Amino acid sequence: MARDRKEAQGPQPAVLPFEQPIEDVRQRLEELETLAQKTNQDLTEELDFYRARLDRVTRETYASLSAWDRVQVARHPDRPLATDYIALLLEDWVELHGDGCFGDDRAIVTGLGTLGRHRLMLVGHRKGRDTKARMACNFGSAHPEGYRKALRKMKLAERMGLPILSLVNTPGAYPGVGAEERGQARAIAENILEMFGIRVPIVVVVIGEGGSGGALGIAVGDRVGMLENAWYSVISPEGCASILWRSAERKAEAAEALKLTAGDLHRLGIVDEVLPEPVGGAHRHREETVRSVGRRVEAWLDELSELDPGELLRRRQHRFRTISQTASDLEAALAAAEEAARREPGPGGVPEAPEPPAAPEEPPAAGAGGPGGEVREP
Amino acid sequence: MAWGRLRKKKEMPGGLWSKCSACGTMVYNKELEANLLVCPECSFHHTVPARRRIEMTADPGSFVEHFTDLQPRDRLHFVDQEPYSEKLKRAQQKTGNTEACLAGTCTLEGIPLALAVLDFSFMGGSMGEVVGEKVARTVELALEENLPVLLVSASGGARMHEGAISLMQMAKTCATLHAYREAGGFSISLMTNPTTGGVTASFASVCDILVGEPGALIGFAGPRVIQNTIRQDLPEGFQRAEFLLEKGQIDRIVERKALREELARILRYAPMVRALQDA
Repeated sequence: MARDRKEAQGPQPAVLPFEQPIEDVRQRLEELETLAQKTNQDLTEELDFYRARLDRVTRETYASLSAWDRVQVARHPDRPLATDYIALLLEDWVELHGDGCFGDDRAIVTGLGTLGRHRLMLVGHRKGRDTKARMACNFGSAHPEGYRKALRKMKLAERMGLPILSLVNTPGAYPGVGAEERGQARAIAENILEMFGIRVPIVVVVIGEGGSGGALGIAVGDRVGMLENAWYSVISPEGCASILWRSAERKAEAAEALKLTAGDLHRLGIVDEVLPEPVGGAHRHREETVRSVGRRVEAWLDELSELDPGELLRRRQHRFRTISQTASDLEAALAAAEEAARREPGPGGVPEAPEPPAAPEEPPAAGAGGPGGEVREP
Repeated sequence: MAWGRLRKKKEMPGGLWSKCSACGTMVYNKELEANLLVCPECSFHHTVPARRRIEMTADPGSFVEHFTDLQPRDRLHFVDQEPYSEKLKRAQQKTGNTEACLAGTCTLEGIPLALAVLDFSFMGGSMGEVVGEKVARTVELALEENLPVLLVSASGGARMHEGAISLMQMAKTCATLHAYREAGGFSISLMTNPTTGGVTASFASVCDILVGEPGALIGFAGPRVIQNTIRQDLPEGFQRAEFLLEKGQIDRIVERKALREELARILRYAPMVRALQDA
């Protein structure tokens, strides 16, 4: 634990290509600082100038990131990982291993922990920071036993009445022979299905990479938040580029086309909230990022703990049943249903449009007031 | 193995003959048709277009198509080599269908059921918003009218051109199947060549009974992706239905010529079908 905490505050981050302007100023500032120290000159003015400039360049660079820039930030080796969230946020952490059947997939971490007021079950993709650790957890690419491990712990959480926090950070589920033999697709599908029946609150945060089904396999939740520079999509930009552009080199174009950023997904109604990162990205401000995510998760858990399990499941079902439908879709569906009812009042008619949404609008994510307190029948 | 990925049967002059992509034999088209698109030489079960699949499965004249008003849209304004909207138009012209899924109700040996069939000839049977919606509505229709469900897959997976919207169809279809299961529903998934990616990793794998067609490629990742990842040759018959059966991943393999009979036999065990027969 102590070692983890130290690791979580690591050294200067590696420099991404688009960060070069920031790095140039930072180096200049560093040189100047050294010079000031060595020569005992008063360089306060110059130092202030470069500090302000560093601040401005960082702000400007990070204000105009392309989708591909963000994918790189999401993969930055110093970005906070599930293990950092555990180390910095959770008290009384008890890791629980294994799927109870085949093995213990290191690409998925599960265990009991306490976040402020909430005792909870954590499930998350695990990536390592150094090469050895990265290899040990297969770069965050889980096998079927990883998904089954997660499901087993989520069902345990349900029996124990503990809410679930899921941290998503995977390039994708592992494409290998053993994974296919043991039913990779089926393991993911079963997780997705079963999560609609888990009678405790589930909060999901995409903290880095949200690689397709491998991400969704632990990402069905009552609240889905996404860090500002995370990505989440149906395929990785490289995978998409090599299929549609026939060259993985076109990954930047693919990243743009896929609309995989937090902002895009929020606009599409797929994530509930974009969690801002400090200027310069989570990899420059690991602890600050982790703590702000922790505060948001706590607030969500406060809200969700007010709901009875039946209502919780009904809303979760409704959220994904109508996901990414636009307001105009819902209006059109309502109008069509009314029209159909007028034309065909008798029984046996088949509605050609979905039922109008029976659920009230999701309560606003912000504010500790929770839902309106109304419990409507489905 | 010669059962490569679905090379199109090469049309010969006059369209009388096709070349079997599995064994290379030239097959007389009428014979292939009469044999339910199963190669008379090597018994490979070729991919069946959705409408033809429904003809093969439903009692004649019993199919009533639903949800025909659902039109795909290019929500992301996705452009790769060409705009997605153009690609959709071409697929619609080519197949005569609006999307990669046909859905509705029918009877099978007199048993009423709801079914959704993916059409591989429409953008590789890929699942975007409309395909997900059709599958979800089929399941909801079954729930409402107390019918069993048959979902027939032939798909490369989720459709990239709709990004995360496609990904969410996996959750949407599973959400409705969960509700259906809780309400006492009964579903069969028929996985045909090929069933991969987000379709296998969602509704196709969580039905009550999983049936594969002989030789069908069924998996999460495509064989080429796996080969590129592990940089080794894949074992013989890898990801074929027989392989999945041996590994305990599917319940049965059923030959196409026996399919109707076998589906009916299974369906007669379904609670709502038993209730119908008892009545």
